[in-house]
Amino acid sequence: MDLLDNLALGFSEALQWHNLLFCLLGVALGTAVGVLPGIGPTATIALLLPITFGFDDPTSALIMLAGIHYGAQYGGSTTAILLNLPGESSAAVTAIDGHQMARSGRAGVALAVAALGSFAAGTVATVVLAVAAPPLARAALAFGAAEYFSLVVLGLVASIALASGSTLKALAMIVLGILLGTVGQDLYTGTPRFTFGVRELYQGLSFVAVAVGVFGIAEILRNLHDPRTRTRMVSRVANLWPGRAELRRIVAPVLRATGLGSLLGVLPGGGHVLASYASYAVEKRISRTPGEFGHGAIEGVAGPESANNAAAQTSFIPLLTLGLPAHPVMALMVGAFIIQGITPGPDVMTEQPALVWGLIASMWIGNVLLVLLNLPLIGLWVRMLSVPYSVLFPVIVVFACIGTYSLNQNPWDVLAMAFFGVLGFVLVRCGCEPAPLLLGFVLGPMLEENLRRALLISRGDPTVFLTRPISAVLLTLAVLALVIAVLPAIRRKRDVVFAEDE
Amino acid sequence: MTPAAPRRHRKAAAYLGALAGLSLALAACSSGGGSDPAAYPEDDIEVIVPFSAGGPTDTVTRMVAEPMAEELGVQLVVQNVDGAGGTVGAGQAATAEPDGYTVLMHHIGMSTAPALYADLAYDPVADFKPVGLVTEVPMTIIARADFEPDTFEEFVTFVQENADTVTMAHAGEGSASNLCGLLLTDALGVDLTAVPYDGTGPAMAEIVGGQVDFMCDQTTNTTGQITAGEVKAYAVTTPERIEALPDLPTTTEGGQPDIQVSVWHGLYVPAETPDEIVEKLTGALQVALADQGVVDQMADLGTAPVSADQATPEAHAALLEEQIATWGGIIADGQGG
Repeated sequence: MDLLDNLALGFSEALQWHNLLFCLLGVALGTAVGVLPGIGPTATIALLLPITFGFDDPTSALIMLAGIHYGAQYGGSTTAILLNLPGESSAAVTAIDGHQMARSGRAGVALAVAALGSFAAGTVATVVLAVAAPPLARAALAFGAAEYFSLVVLGLVASIALASGSTLKALAMIVLGILLGTVGQDLYTGTPRFTFGVRELYQGLSFVAVAVGVFGIAEILRNLHDPRTRTRMVSRVANLWPGRAELRRIVAPVLRATGLGSLLGVLPGGGHVLASYASYAVEKRISRTPGEFGHGAIEGVAGPESANNAAAQTSFIPLLTLGLPAHPVMALMVGAFIIQGITPGPDVMTEQPALVWGLIASMWIGNVLLVLLNLPLIGLWVRMLSVPYSVLFPVIVVFACIGTYSLNQNPWDVLAMAFFGVLGFVLVRCGCEPAPLLLGFVLGPMLEENLRRALLISRGDPTVFLTRPISAVLLTLAVLALVIAVLPAIRRKRDVVFAEDE
Repeated sequence: MTPAAPRRHRKAAAYLGALAGLSLALAACSSGGGSDPAAYPEDDIEVIVPFSAGGPTDTVTRMVAEPMAEELGVQLVVQNVDGAGGTVGAGQAATAEPDGYTVLMHHIGMSTAPALYADLAYDPVADFKPVGLVTEVPMTIIARADFEPDTFEEFVTFVQENADTVTMAHAGEGSASNLCGLLLTDALGVDLTAVPYDGTGPAMAEIVGGQVDFMCDQTTNTTGQITAGEVKAYAVTTPERIEALPDLPTTTEGGQPDIQVSVWHGLYVPAETPDEIVEKLTGALQVALADQGVVDQMADLGTAPVSADQATPEAHAALLEEQIATWGGIIADGQGG
């Protein structure tokens, strides 16, 4: 059995005491930076990369850096749930229902569910990595620009589900998000768009600045504006742990999300960003109580958290099997490979089996460590909510500023954060929700980039989206999703019309 | 759960948080420092890399930063200031204190920026002092594994005959692969559809996946894929064949001597920096380039440190001015149609 041999090799490598130590260090650091808003895993890995040059064993270096990457996915949910401060695009989805749970005194349950869901997803994703990495990576290469475009269209259509209120307002938010995503230098011509002559805007608005603004800062403004919601938040810190019934409720969502996240994570063109949004949309769609979503549905926390952790791990597949980095964190890992004298490429898996399998095995070990690390911390985190607001709010604002600034040492990012804080507050007052805006902001550039690229390659022939089978299937699903989303609204309207007639 | 457990974890988390904060703070305040050129360096030196961490330029920087730090006796802290084809980071370095505590590592893009960016906020020649060249990374012409032509000669004919269907990938406006593509289409007298990607990683993924036809990119990015047979390689764009890919002919061998391009990297300091400091940096750079570890690491990537006579301010300044003139013309041609 090749697989068992490989796993045995991997575990014997990963369980060496120094590798265990670096794994623990990585996931602990990942949790810490995930918890701090703004300071994301990319910045941390970039900072720690030079330290790993001195390591004798390249496996230790990669195990630690990988640990930071998926550890941050655990930590990122903490501030999203407790303070509505998502530091990463995936955590923005968790914030929707997670923070509502926290406000109704169920912060502990939300945090525990996030950790357990992530652990289950991490375990399955490790198995996926071990069993199916090469064929999955090959299959993912069939995704070209046309396929990515159709996938993003499907994602945007499905994301209408992210909003719990008006569909029209959700659509408006998505469009606004897409427009915000166009700020910066156009990839194709280098033409600056909506930069108003500010060179710092050439690289576009920072995701963290927008996310921390519309979620975290807007949340603080909203709390200051309406003290009633504040008192409700502290007074009831009820059950810390999920009950048996709640655990049973999340089993199916976690499994679905893991499958979805594992598949999206493999796409080298950045499918991982869709994972948590897709899971949320699916869970809301098939839920028997969709009305709960947006008001503290436990599936809305368990699903996205599992999906993003699964995707964080399977996004290693293109790198390990083909030497292709799927996103900035993976590009940093390439840097780590090169510095350690390993040329990343399709041969890494056969030439460095101990390293690759050691890394894969360490991911499962890391997930165990993360659960052991995170569950005992929940009690502490929840108690943080009882910190008086006069202390908590300034601290959050300071952390948000430091975090946002530290990403690129760009003062404009901090100004942008403040601007989006005010905008987020105004939007919430108008009944518009920030989550679809963020999704539009993240997916808008992908949508445009791939639309234009697909048309460039096809020489302007738009039928390419329908003649390529994967793309055609995805677009058909998008149309179906749109019909399903709009139908109930039409039917309801008809019912209303009929009711008036009678 | 014992009541002691959370406290222990809290301590650990706080410690690690502090560690992360400390390293961030360190990175942020590394530029101050003394101003006496004779005593230089007394403090950590900030090296601005105007591209993202983990990229080829970043990798080259980190390779030489380590032995340079040993030679100078202080830390070299690499700062990635990404954006606008490297002009954001270079702009930041141009206005930094000229005290030797801010150094810029930039590549060929330093010479193309004036032609690419009409509103460039700095002058690559007037606002900087060159410290020395570091390496000249060769470029390779590669294609998807099932692209029809097999040799470089066949490739040239095929591209010329099928100019209206062949697609050429590059890693974004102003990137090395974009420049090489401009040079190639210029030399072959063709007008191809250029398909830009956001960086070399995604571009390479689409070449391996067979979504686009070909690309001209640095060996740092292509060597692994070439040796694994995931992509077809036609030629290397340097006068001589390279050690990492000895079977790969040069463009000159293939009858296209005009397609000569390498991604040269160099170190810069702000123009007002005292010569005494520049000398010390040049000295450290030369030591680093002679370091066997650096030579080996670069060889793995299909490149090599420049010779000692190239790692000087004079050679660097000469190349910079020559390249600004060369690329100015090619880019103007490319934009004119």
